[in-house]
Amino acid sequence: MGQGPILQAPETFFIAPLSRPAPGSVGKTGSWRTSKPVVYEDKCTGCMLCWLYCPENTILKTSNGKVAIDYDYCKGCGICAAVCPFKAIDMVSEV
Amino acid sequence: MMIEIRFHGRGGQGAVTAANLLVDAAILEGKYAQAFPHFGAERRGAPVVAFARISDKPIQVHSQITNPDIVVVLDPKIFELVNVVEGLKNNGILVANSRDKPIEVNVKTYCVNATKIAKDLNLVISGWPVVNTTMLGALVKASEIVSLDSIIEAIKRSFSGKLGEANAEAARRAYMETREC
Amino acid sequence: MPLMSLTGNYAVAHAVRLARVKVISAYPITPQTTIVEKLSAMVENGELDAKMVRVESEHSALATVFGAASAGARAFTATSSHGLLYMHEVVWWAAGSRIPLVMAVVTRAIGPPWNIHVDHQDIFDQRDTGWIIGIAQENQEVLDMTLQAFKLSEDPRVYLPVMVGLDGFILSHTRAPVDVPEQELVDEWLPPRRQPYVISPESNYVMGNIAPDEVHFLMRYSMHEAMEAAKTVIKEIDKEYGEVFGRSYGGLIECHNCDDADYIVVITGSWSGDAKVASDMLRENGYKVGVARIRYIRPWPKEELEELGSRAKGIIVFDRAISMGGYGPLYSDVAGTLYSNGGKTSLVGVIAGLAGVDVGAETFKETITSIIHKIEENGFFFEPRLWLLPKDYSSREKMLEVAKRWL
Repeated sequence: MGQGPILQAPETFFIAPLSRPAPGSVGKTGSWRTSKPVVYEDKCTGCMLCWLYCPENTILKTSNGKVAIDYDYCKGCGICAAVCPFKAIDMVSEV
Repeated sequence: MMIEIRFHGRGGQGAVTAANLLVDAAILEGKYAQAFPHFGAERRGAPVVAFARISDKPIQVHSQITNPDIVVVLDPKIFELVNVVEGLKNNGILVANSRDKPIEVNVKTYCVNATKIAKDLNLVISGWPVVNTTMLGALVKASEIVSLDSIIEAIKRSFSGKLGEANAEAARRAYMETREC
Repeated sequence: MPLMSLTGNYAVAHAVRLARVKVISAYPITPQTTIVEKLSAMVENGELDAKMVRVESEHSALATVFGAASAGARAFTATSSHGLLYMHEVVWWAAGSRIPLVMAVVTRAIGPPWNIHVDHQDIFDQRDTGWIIGIAQENQEVLDMTLQAFKLSEDPRVYLPVMVGLDGFILSHTRAPVDVPEQELVDEWLPPRRQPYVISPESNYVMGNIAPDEVHFLMRYSMHEAMEAAKTVIKEIDKEYGEVFGRSYGGLIECHNCDDADYIVVITGSWSGDAKVASDMLRENGYKVGVARIRYIRPWPKEELEELGSRAKGIIVFDRAISMGGYGPLYSDVAGTLYSNGGKTSLVGVIAGLAGVDVGAETFKETITSIIHKIEENGFFFEPRLWLLPKDYSSREKMLEVAKRWL
């Protein structure tokens, strides 16, 4: 496509509708939970299906190939527990 | 001085192209010009009109032409369907594809058998003689509005090779054969 | 070099070629025009090195070129009438993003009933979107305005998309002489693409996410400031274009016979030419009439019209569009502007030429003369809406007759 565009700061007051994705832009959403997912490491095979389904990107991969939960942002929806083929995640009430 | 021209024909005979080529020729001569079709849903066989303006000064007007200086009729049968001389100026010119004077009018009338010339030169599409370039030769003979050379140059710029040659020859022959009637 | 014989549509295509546009997108069926047909031929025969993206709708066509422009390419699309209305949502998004972009609009009436003729209803429908909107009078100006649109849109003081309006059929399908500049000259004059940001995997930007209401408000303010800045940039570009290519038009408005005029006709589009001829005829009859042709409806030429309004006895606005239940859109803006001098100037709005109804120099002359008589008889005349109905239908009985026939 040849030479790329030249970026140049406007000389007038300029504000564009831009943002960059960042964690927690509306605060820590972990406080929304009423129950939390708990991972049983002995049953977890590290298949990462929960990671694929988690709508909040709060499944973490641990150093030993299993998964952990980012409780700062997990909203407790329970999808991970529902999809786990090995029943390695349980939802535990927090209230 | 601005000259306004109206072309009458049937959809498919090339009235719009005739207006375009005339204007191309005028622009080649350094004149100002406008060519525009009648703005409607045109279709093959139906009576159609196209317009041209030629001037030595820039043309500001964009409205339709109601009082043309010249009327060019591409189809002999159109005279029965349309009042082709409507609005034609008293000192105007009628140029007709017709063997004889097609209608009784009080304006200078020029005739040429354009259908025969087009057929002779095999300017036929789907069985229809396309007489637009022929009638441009007749128009030039009748009005000298542009030169025959310019018309031929404009034709050759639009149509290349043998087709361009045949259309140029059609204009040349019509220029020779057109007479007042 | 002799002038080329070009339709308005082809004049646009040549300007786009000269600007070395990289991405073009269009829905290829009616109401699309021969603009993109010509451009796709240019791409096919190697005259233009661009990607032609065919899509299923005008909404997608503008979204495609908007995406390409966001990613850094000089991009272009064209549309008309209902196609423009269909892309209306994206029209707003493109302007709000502040990404430079150019679009040609062949101005045509809106249905129903179906109609292919000129009026300005479609382009005035885009008035508030944040696009710079120009309307040309001649095919030569169509080419010049389109070429200038790229420089204007990509100016860092502006960074707004630009719409170039050309009257349907009257310009789009009419052949006229056009001087097409040399590529080398255009390359020297038009700088490489500039834009405020680029959307790419590396830049990691998201455009258009939710922002606080106050920030959204500020973005509107920022766009308005850019419009104000565009007034200066339009005049600068017009002037330097004149120095390089030999044609200047006067900036936001082009004035004809305005200098000592008692009465000013405000108008836009191709029929301005007929109004100018009428003003010449009126001068011969002793009426000092000038024509202020609006070249850009956005940004609005407020200062120019204030100046004209301050010294004219009367302003007569011709609108080829109507906000039904309100006024003609040009009239509304003129009225808003003229109030700055306390409403002392006589002001008349005329609604005419809708749906392509022909208005020639003679009709302009008669209409303007009768309005001037009203002003001179009474010393002051104010009428926001005069309907210049089509010839032969100006009585209520005649209108009813037509209505019955079409029932």
